[in-house]
Amino acid sequence: MNDLLTVHGLCKNFLLHRQHDAKLLTGCSDVSFSLKPGEFMGIAGPSGAGKSTIIKCIYRTYLPSEGEIFYRTKDGREVDLAAAPERDIISLRRSEMSYVSQFLKVIPRVPAVDILAEQLVARGWRPDGARERAREYLQMMNIDPSLWDTSPVTFSGGEQQRVNLARALITQPRLLLLDEPTASLDAETKKIVVQALLYLKKQGSTMIGVFHDSDVMRRLVDRVFTMTGGRCRSITRMQEVV
Amino acid sequence: MLNLRTIERKHGYNFAFLDENTKREVRRKTLKAVAIPGHQVPFASPELPIARGWGTGGLQVTMAIIGPDDVLKVIDQGCDGGVNAVNIRKLLVKTTGVRTTFATGEATIVQTRHRIPEEKLRADQILVLQVPIPEPLRFVEASMAKTREMHAEMDYSRMWVFLYENIVKWGEITIGARYPSLVNGRYLIDPSPIPRWDVPKLHMADTLFLFGAGREKRIYAVPPHTSVEPLQFDDVPFRVEDFAGRACLRCGATGTFLNEIFDGRGGKLYVCSDSYNCDAVKAKREGTTDGGGQ
Amino acid sequence: MAAANDAFVLRVNRLTKRFGAGCPSCYALTGPAGETNICPRCGSIVACHDVSFDLEEGEILGIVGESGSGKSTLVRCLYFDEEVTDGEAFLAAYGGGRVNLFAATAQKKRHVRNHLMGMVYQNPLLGIKPHFTAGGNVAEKLLTADIYNYAGIRTRAAALLTRTEIPRGRMDDFPAYFSGGMQQRVQIAKALANNPPLLFLDEITIGLDLSVQARVLDLVKEIQRELGIAMLAVSHDLGVIRMLADRTAVMKNGRIVELGLTDQILEDPQHRYTQLLVQSML
Repeated sequence: MNDLLTVHGLCKNFLLHRQHDAKLLTGCSDVSFSLKPGEFMGIAGPSGAGKSTIIKCIYRTYLPSEGEIFYRTKDGREVDLAAAPERDIISLRRSEMSYVSQFLKVIPRVPAVDILAEQLVARGWRPDGARERAREYLQMMNIDPSLWDTSPVTFSGGEQQRVNLARALITQPRLLLLDEPTASLDAETKKIVVQALLYLKKQGSTMIGVFHDSDVMRRLVDRVFTMTGGRCRSITRMQEVV
Repeated sequence: MLNLRTIERKHGYNFAFLDENTKREVRRKTLKAVAIPGHQVPFASPELPIARGWGTGGLQVTMAIIGPDDVLKVIDQGCDGGVNAVNIRKLLVKTTGVRTTFATGEATIVQTRHRIPEEKLRADQILVLQVPIPEPLRFVEASMAKTREMHAEMDYSRMWVFLYENIVKWGEITIGARYPSLVNGRYLIDPSPIPRWDVPKLHMADTLFLFGAGREKRIYAVPPHTSVEPLQFDDVPFRVEDFAGRACLRCGATGTFLNEIFDGRGGKLYVCSDSYNCDAVKAKREGTTDGGGQ
Repeated sequence: MAAANDAFVLRVNRLTKRFGAGCPSCYALTGPAGETNICPRCGSIVACHDVSFDLEEGEILGIVGESGSGKSTLVRCLYFDEEVTDGEAFLAAYGGGRVNLFAATAQKKRHVRNHLMGMVYQNPLLGIKPHFTAGGNVAEKLLTADIYNYAGIRTRAAALLTRTEIPRGRMDDFPAYFSGGMQQRVQIAKALANNPPLLFLDEITIGLDLSVQARVLDLVKEIQRELGIAMLAVSHDLGVIRMLADRTAVMKNGRIVELGLTDQILEDPQHRYTQLLVQSML
C-alpha cells in the first residue's frame, strides 16, 4: 500500500441538541476511497450531498463519527486523522496539510504579503526570505502589486479568493483540501487559479477538491467521486464523466 | 519570679524608670530582633515622660539594657548638646545615676538620633538609634498588612522600582537619609534618618546596633559582623555624600560628615556634624588634651 | 509528534477550586448536568472541578465559557492568585516538570510566578500600577526576576514598550493617564518582560474599542509567533478565541465539557452547551 490517503467507511452524523430533544442529521455515510501520491480527486454532487463534509472530516474540522482516515506522513508513518490527538492534527496542518475554504478569514489590518509570509515564518523561514517568496506568489496569482501592502479585507471577492488560495499554495502542502475554491470567480480569475493548482500538482501535491464548476474540474482532476444524499454514487476516471 | 518589692528605688523611681517587667519585655523583643537581623519585632512601648515621636523607642531600648556601671553618651544629629539629647540624658541620669560622657570612645552605650559617630565603634559598645518610621516600604505601600507580607516573601520589587524611577527622574538616587538597606541578605530596613554617609558604618561592624521606634512600637537590630547593603543597581552604585574640597570651619577636619550653614550673606559654611569629634580634632590641633567630657 | 504529550509546558491535573466549606455531595450536585456551580446542600461554590489539560510549547489554548463558568478562577489558580482546593499543576521549566506547583511554598510559588509566568488581566490596573511609570511597570517585572542593571532594564523596557506600540516618549509617563488600550499594551509588555515560557491572558480585549481589540489580538498573535510562548487565553468571545487559539476548551459550571481543535469546536460542536454557545455567536 503506497496510498497517501485511505478513507474507509467514513460516517459523519450531527447530533443537534435542542430544548427538549436532539436531532440526528447525516452528513455522509460509508464513504471509502483512496488516493495515490500526486493524485487529484474531485468530489461532485448536488448541494447538501455531503461533499464538504468529507473534506472537513479529513481536515478534522468535523469530528468523524465512524470510520478511518489513514494518512501517510512525509516521514512514512500512518496516522488515522479521524482519531489522532489534536496536537498531531495541528502539527500536520502546520507541516503538510492545507485547507482552502470559499472565504478568506484573516486578521484585519495585516497586509496581504504578510498573510502569506506568515505561513512560511511559522515554518521556520526568515522574515525577509518569506516576504520575497510571498511576493512571488502574489505575482503568480496576478494580484496588483499596489495591493500587496494592504489588507485583503479591502479586496474584491476574486482577489480575496486568490490570496486565500495563495496562502495555501505557498506552503506547498503534501495534501491540499479545496472546498469550492473557484466558486463565484470570473472566467479570467478561474484560469489563473486552475494554472496555479496545476503547477502545485506538478510539484507532486495530492489534492481533493469540491467543485461546482465541471469545466474547472475537467481541467484539473484525475478522478471524480460523485455523491448523492451523503453516499457515494460512483468513482470514475475523469475522461468517463466528460 | 522577680520580687519587685526588693528592688532598690534610688531617686523615687525604679532603676532606669521602667519597671522590671517592662524592661524584660523590651529585652526579650531586643533579643529576638538580634536573632533575626533586620526583622521588625513589635513591642508594647508604654508611656514615658517624653512624648512619643521624641526618641521614646531608643529611650526604652536604652532603659532596658543599661546597668549601673554603664557609661552613657546621648547625641542628637551628632551633637551632645542638642535639646533632645540633653533631655534624654537628664532623664536617664536622674533615673539611673550612671556616668555620662561626650567622648565616644569612653561610652558603653550611645543613644543617638540621626547620626552614627565618626569614631569607629568597638565590640564592647552598643549604639541605640531612635527611629521615627521603622518601615522602609511605607512610601511604596501604605498597608501594613501588605508590607509584612512583602517582607515575609522578600518582595522588595516596589522599592526597587522607586529607585529606578528616581534615577529616571533625577539622573541619580536622591534619597538623602533613611536609605533602604538589606540586612544579612534578607530583610530590608530603614536605617533611621542617618545620612547615606553613615550607612556603610553598619556593614560588618564590630558593634551591636539596636533600633527602637516608640510611636510605631517596633524594635529591630543589626548585630555585629552582619552585612548591610544599601540597595543599588549594578551600574548605578550607591554613593555617600560628597564633601570633596570642603573642610570643617571649626576644626579643619576633612573626611567627616559636614553640616551646611548659611552665613546670612548668601554664602555657605561647613562644620562637623559630630560635635565631640570636632572638639577632639580641634583640641589635638591646638595641643590641648581636653576632648570634651562632663 | 507521536509522544506529543511529553512536550508540555504546563500540565494541569484534576484541578478543583471550591469556595466554601464543602460537603460530600458538592461535586455530584454541581456541574453542567445540574446547570449550577452552587452546591444545593451546603451552598459552597464549586468554581472549577476536575479540570485537566496539557499546554504545549508555543501553543495557544483557548478557554471559553459564560460568566461564572470558572474560566477566570482557573487562570487565577494557575497564577497562584487563588489557592486551589485540590489538584496538581506541573511546569516543564520547574523541577523537570515533576514537581506539583500547588504543593510548593509561597516563596517558591512567587519565584515561579516571577521567573516563569506572565499574566495579562482583564483589567489592566490589576496587572500594572498606574502610579509607576510605564517603564517602571516593566522594570518591576524585571526586578522581581532579579535583574538589577539600570541601563539593561531601561533598554529592555524601551524595547518591550516599542514592541507593544507604546511611543518611546511615553515611557516615563504614568499609565494612569493612558487610554484603556494603551494600558493593556503596557500590561502585555510587562507580562513579557521576564521572557516567560508561559503567559496567561484573561479576557484581555474586554472593554476595548473594536479597532483597539484587533490591535491587541494582532500583537498577541505576533508575539506568540516570534517568541513561541505558550499561552492560555480565557475569553467569553468566540471571535477572540477563533483568532488566537489552536485548541479550545469549553467550560460550563466549573467543568471542561469539551476540548478540541478550535475550528472543530466552532463548526462541529459536540456538547449541548457548546452548540448553544456557537449558535449564539453574532
